[in-house]
Amino acid sequence: MRMVLFLINNVNRSLPEDLMNQLGFKPFKSTTIDSTVVARTPHKVAISTGNDKVLNSIKEVVENNVADGMTISFHHHFREGDFVFNLVMQTIIDAGIKDLTLAPSSLTNVMNDMVVKAIEAGTVTNITSSGMRGTLGDAVSHGALANPVIFRSHGGRARAIEQGDIKIDVAFLGVPNSDRLGNANGMDGEAVFGSLGYALMDAQYADKVVLLTDNIVSYPNTPASIKQTQVDYVVKIDKVGDPDKIGSGATRFTKDPKELKIASTVNDVITNSAYFKDGFSFQTGSGGAALAVTRYLRESMKQNDIRASFALGGITKPMIDLLEEGLVDKIMDVQDFDKGAAESMHTSKNQQEIDASWYADPYNKGAMVDQLDVVILSALEIDTKFNVNVMTGSDGVIRGAVGGHQDAATAKLTIISAPLVRGRIATVVPAVSTVVTPGDSIDVLVTEVGIAINPKRQDLIAAMKKVPSVPVFSIEELEQRASKIVGTPKPIEFTERTVALVEYRDGTIIDAIKEVKD
Amino acid sequence: MAATEERLRRTMMFVPGNNPAMLKDAGIYGADSIMFDLEDAVSLAEKDAARILVYEALMTQDYGNAELVVRINGLDTKFWENDVIAMVKAGIDVIRLPKTESAAMLQQLEEKIVAAEKQFDIPVGTTHMMAAIESAKGVLNAAEIAAASERMIGIALSAEDYTTDLKTHRYPGGAELEFARNMILNSARAAGVAAFDTVFTNTDDVVGFKQETEHIHQLGFDGKSLVNPRQIPMVNAVYAPTDKEIINAKNVLAAIEDARIKGSGVIAMNGQMVDRPVALRAQRVMKLAKASGLVDEDGVILD
Repeated sequence: MRMVLFLINNVNRSLPEDLMNQLGFKPFKSTTIDSTVVARTPHKVAISTGNDKVLNSIKEVVENNVADGMTISFHHHFREGDFVFNLVMQTIIDAGIKDLTLAPSSLTNVMNDMVVKAIEAGTVTNITSSGMRGTLGDAVSHGALANPVIFRSHGGRARAIEQGDIKIDVAFLGVPNSDRLGNANGMDGEAVFGSLGYALMDAQYADKVVLLTDNIVSYPNTPASIKQTQVDYVVKIDKVGDPDKIGSGATRFTKDPKELKIASTVNDVITNSAYFKDGFSFQTGSGGAALAVTRYLRESMKQNDIRASFALGGITKPMIDLLEEGLVDKIMDVQDFDKGAAESMHTSKNQQEIDASWYADPYNKGAMVDQLDVVILSALEIDTKFNVNVMTGSDGVIRGAVGGHQDAATAKLTIISAPLVRGRIATVVPAVSTVVTPGDSIDVLVTEVGIAINPKRQDLIAAMKKVPSVPVFSIEELEQRASKIVGTPKPIEFTERTVALVEYRDGTIIDAIKEVKD
Repeated sequence: MAATEERLRRTMMFVPGNNPAMLKDAGIYGADSIMFDLEDAVSLAEKDAARILVYEALMTQDYGNAELVVRINGLDTKFWENDVIAMVKAGIDVIRLPKTESAAMLQQLEEKIVAAEKQFDIPVGTTHMMAAIESAKGVLNAAEIAAASERMIGIALSAEDYTTDLKTHRYPGGAELEFARNMILNSARAAGVAAFDTVFTNTDDVVGFKQETEHIHQLGFDGKSLVNPRQIPMVNAVYAPTDKEIINAKNVLAAIEDARIKGSGVIAMNGQMVDRPVALRAQRVMKLAKASGLVDEDGVILD
C-alpha cells in the first residue's frame, strides 16, 4: 500500500502532504491576519461600445465562450428556487465541454443532481464552493470526484477571487431584472432575492460576465448593483427562479421550548457582556433559535435604551423590523433570507447592499466583520477545544457549508448556539470530525443546559458568573454530559483518500475531509 | 417529612411518559417539580412501554434539583400497582394519585408503596405522595385527603374533570373554581402541605395565563401545574418578589441576626415586633428572590 505522509496543522489536523504540495497549499497556523501588501489579479475586458448585449440563446453564449478546462461560476442567491444553474449546466454538458472547474458562491439542493450528472459526464472535474448537501455531498464523500473539492468561506472566496486562486473565466449570474446593457439588481421583478452580495465578486473579477434574466427593463436600470461596465452578455430566459422557494415567506417565530430556552440564554450572555452598549453591532443567522434571539434582543434593547450601529450578514424580516423601529441604525446586507428583507432593500436607504469582500474578506483594506461586536453562529459539532464543524454530519458525509462562519467568528464576542444533543447525536464532542472554524475564535457555547466559555476569555467567565440565569460549565463538563445522554458512538471509518480540503479564510488549509468507507 | 421543608413548588411541569424527546429534555427548563405522566397522556396500548421509558429516564437522565413526581394510573385500573413498583424502585420523589376522593384511597396507595420500598430495600417512608382532586366529592373531602399520611407533600386541583362533575366547564374568569380552590388551599394549609393550582391549557393565551397565575398567587397557592415549559418563566415572574419586598425581608433577617448576637429575646425592627410569621415570610421572600435570580448567593440585589 502507498504510504501517505501527513502535515499536522495548528488545530492538530492531519493534511495529506503530497496533495498539499501539489496544490500549493499551506497548513493553517493562526486566526491572526497579518498586515501585509497583496496583489489583486488582473482580469480581461472585452471592450464594447455597442448598444445591445441581449441574446436569446444560452447555447450560443456557451459555445462561443466556454471551453475545456475553464472555470465557471454561479451565485446561490436564488437558493432552492434557482432555475438558472440547471439550465446553463445542462447546456454545457450537452455541448460536450470537459474538465471545468465549478466555482459557485455555494451549491443548493436544487443543483445537486445536475452537478452529479456533470461530474459523471466529465464536464466538471473540480469544484470549489462554500458547501454542498444531499445527493451531491453524498456523492463527493463517496469519492465521485477525482480531485478534492475546496471549501471556502464567503470572505475566503472573495479573497481567492481577488488573488486569482479562483480565476473565473465565465460567470453565469441570474438576476430578476436587467436592462439591455447589463445594469441589474436583486430587488425588482418576480424572483427578487434582495442583496446580490456574493455575485458582485464574480461580476467584478470574471473575464466574461453573462447575466440571465426573465425581465428586461428599460435602459438605464437603476439602482444598478451589477453595472454595464462589467457585463458581456444579457441572456433572456423564461424564468430565473421560483419566488416561493427563494426564501421563506412570512417568518414564523419558533415555539419550540428548547430553541426558545437556548435563544433566551444567548440573549442573557449578550446583554450581560461588556459589548451590550449603545452603538454595538451584531450578526445573527436565519435558523429558529437565531430569529428568537433577535426577538429577545429587541426587548432588551428597548428596556435598556440601547441602539445598535449596524446589523450584518444574512438578513431577515425581524432584523428589518429593528431597523424600522429605530433600534438598529444600518443594515449591512450581503444576503437576504426572506421576502420581507429582500423587498425592504428597495425603500430603505439604511439597508446597504455589500459585496462579499466588504462583508468578510480578510485581505482587503477593512471588512465589516472586523468591526463586528457580537455574532451568533450554529454548529453541527463543537469540541472541547471549541473547534466547530458545520460541514460533515455524524456519518462523516458532507452536508453543510462554511458560509460566513469562519469570517463572522472573528467578532469580539462569538457565540455558538446549539443543542447539547440532537436526537441520539452529541453536538458537544471530544473532537469534531471536521474543523471548519478554529476554537481560537469561539468565545461562548450556549446549550439548553447552560453555557461554556473559552478559558482564554477570563473576562467573560468573570462577567457570566454573576448572572444567575446562566449556568456556566466547562466545555469538558458539557461534553461528558452529552456523552452520558447518548453514549459513545463507534468512530466513523474513512479511507486514506482526501475528497475535500477546507480552507481557512486566509487560504491556509484547516482540515481535510476523507472518503467515507461504507 | 418533606412537606414541612420550605421547598419552592411554583411550577409542576407535566411531561408525557411516552415521549422520549420530552423526557430527555424535561430537566432543562428550570421547573421546580417535573411530573411524569403515566395516566391521561398515555394510551392504553402504551401503558407498559411508558412505564419502562419513565423508569429508564429516571435511572439515566439528569434532572438537577427538580422534585420528581409521577402521575400513576388510577386505583380503578389494572396498571397502578405496577406503576408504583417501578417508580418506587426508580427512587421517584413523589407519587401523585389521580382522581382522589378520600383518605382511604391514599392509604391503599401507601400500602403498596410500603411493600415496594421493602421489596427494594428502600427505607420505608422515603417515597412521598400527593393527591389530585378532580371531583366534588374529592373537594369536600380535601381536608382528610391533605392529612391522609405523613408522606403527603401536597394536593392539587384538576379542573377539567372537576368542572365536568359540577356540570359546568371552565370560563376565563374561573368563578366556577373558586370554591374548590379555597377548599384545597385551606385544607393544604391546615395539614401543612403544598397546594397546587390546575393547568391552563391554552399555551398561546399569555394574558389569560398571567391573570390566572396572579389570582392563585394572591390566594396563596404554592404554584401551578403546567402543560408547556414556556409557561415556567411566566409563573416565576408572578412569584418573584419586588425589590421592596426583598429589602424588607433582608432587614427582618438582619434584625433577627442582630437580636441573636445580642442575646435578646424580643426582636424589633423599625419599632415593630418581628414575630414568627414575619420571619417565615422573610425567609420565603429571600428563597424566591434567589430562585428568581434577583439576588446573588449573598443576598445582594442584582440589577
